[in-house]
Amino acid sequence: MKYLCLIYDNEQAWQKFPKDVQDKYMGEYAQFTSSIKQSGQHVGSNQLQPSHTATTVRIRNGKVSTTDGPFVETKEQLGGYYLIDARDLNDAISVASRIPSARSGAIEVRPIVERMA
Amino acid sequence: MTPEPARVRDEVDAIYRSESRRVLATLIRLLGDFDTAEEAMQDAFAAAVEQWAEDGIPSNPRSWLISTGRFKAIDRARRTSRFDSIDASTPEAPEVNMPEYDETGVEDDRLRLIFTCCHPALNPDAQIGLTLREVCGLTTEEVAHAFLTPPPTLAQRIVRAKAKIRDARIPYEVPARGELPERLDAVLHVIYLVFNEGYYASSGGSLIRSDLSSEAIRLGRILVELLPEPEAVGLLALMLLLDARRAARTTSSGELILLEDQNRSLWNRAQIEEGAQLVERALQSRRFGPYTLQAAIAAVHADASTAASTDWAQIVALYDVLMLADPSPVIELNRAAAVAMNSGPAAGLALINAILVRGDLTDYLPAHVARADLCRRLGQNGDSIVSYERALALAKQEPEKRFIAQRLRELRATSPR
Repeated sequence: MKYLCLIYDNEQAWQKFPKDVQDKYMGEYAQFTSSIKQSGQHVGSNQLQPSHTATTVRIRNGKVSTTDGPFVETKEQLGGYYLIDARDLNDAISVASRIPSARSGAIEVRPIVERMA
Repeated sequence: MTPEPARVRDEVDAIYRSESRRVLATLIRLLGDFDTAEEAMQDAFAAAVEQWAEDGIPSNPRSWLISTGRFKAIDRARRTSRFDSIDASTPEAPEVNMPEYDETGVEDDRLRLIFTCCHPALNPDAQIGLTLREVCGLTTEEVAHAFLTPPPTLAQRIVRAKAKIRDARIPYEVPARGELPERLDAVLHVIYLVFNEGYYASSGGSLIRSDLSSEAIRLGRILVELLPEPEAVGLLALMLLLDARRAARTTSSGELILLEDQNRSLWNRAQIEEGAQLVERALQSRRFGPYTLQAAIAAVHADASTAASTDWAQIVALYDVLMLADPSPVIELNRAAAVAMNSGPAAGLALINAILVRGDLTDYLPAHVARADLCRRLGQNGDSIVSYERALALAKQEPEKRFIAQRLRELRATSPR
């Protein structure tokens, strides 16, 4: 079964980290990614540009309305995701708990709706 | 000779009480879904009433009920898929894949059920509701009544929790060794919350809801029987030792009686004996934690024939260890109360004042009651009145309010302003 692991972390804190700390962090991410590629659980993953680059789009009264910023302003921002293949929720939780940002921010684990082909 | 129907029905009722939770736990594993399993179990018991009246009660009723339930569910699944199928000409029933039932693992199924109901990914209130419903067999109405929740609210929480178990695929399993400590904590926490709600009913007209305490003790026993981990043993000991005081905790009219004023001859000695033995067992494991330590404290109280003859030094020492294992302002407050008994009210009051000054426990009623009591003993009636007034404002429970109001009347009578 597939689960989406949404990574929420504090962008501002991240941007204030010195270069070597950022590098160490990215190294941990690379290591985690390759570990779930090896175990066959990696389906997809991406890092997002910071939330100030976000645009929120709606259609109201037939007109497209575009606003600057993310849909919800939060203390911690959505910064990336992993789409994983896991046996069950316990398995997904154990993968999510190894994502480096689990220690500083939080990971939201959401099951993917499975539709018959 | 066929047995009388009335007698069969009585037997089926008895078997329902003793076996329905085991039957359900195994059917959930076999059928993979809570609702399907509940339906199948009800079908199986309905079939039992009819068939056992004809054939007599089988030698292994549990296994009969599980196989019957499983077949009833397969039947239902076939019927539904036939109705759902557009092509009515399909001659064969679809293949229904279900594991065969075998007698081993029934006890594991009960443990699977407990761990699944107490899964930390479920809403905390739903964990309690599910556990009392599925593991203890209480109805949604009974659980709602016990927790003073409107039944529809609780029913909805349970429906959502079951949907999450299914849709997020929470597995029906006993956690692996590595996850066990954390997951066991979650189970113990649910049992402890149920017990506490019974022991210190947080609101409402009566002080103790013994039905909930008894259910919690029953759950604790099941857990210790299935998984005798030291902290599970410690929690059961704690509940038995606290519940042993039940008859001495309130007056006949439902007023609160403090530990120091209780008539200790009313304490349940058999339960204390059992609790004390369990504490020993948990302590000997050397892998004990906060529940065992709290049980050890309760055991020291149980050992004393009066409050004055209590080994308060031992209790303070146990609180010291507890502060290392599980530091919290509430434990610190309890330790301060023990220090007051051991070294005098002034020593205890200094500790409580320090906790309150820090801003912890500002809204915690027992902190203000404890401070008021120590001030009263030291003759500081003005301070005592201030703390009792604060406590009265925080009290939500009728007997507690009456107790505090009574103390206030006494103090005001002796120290007119």
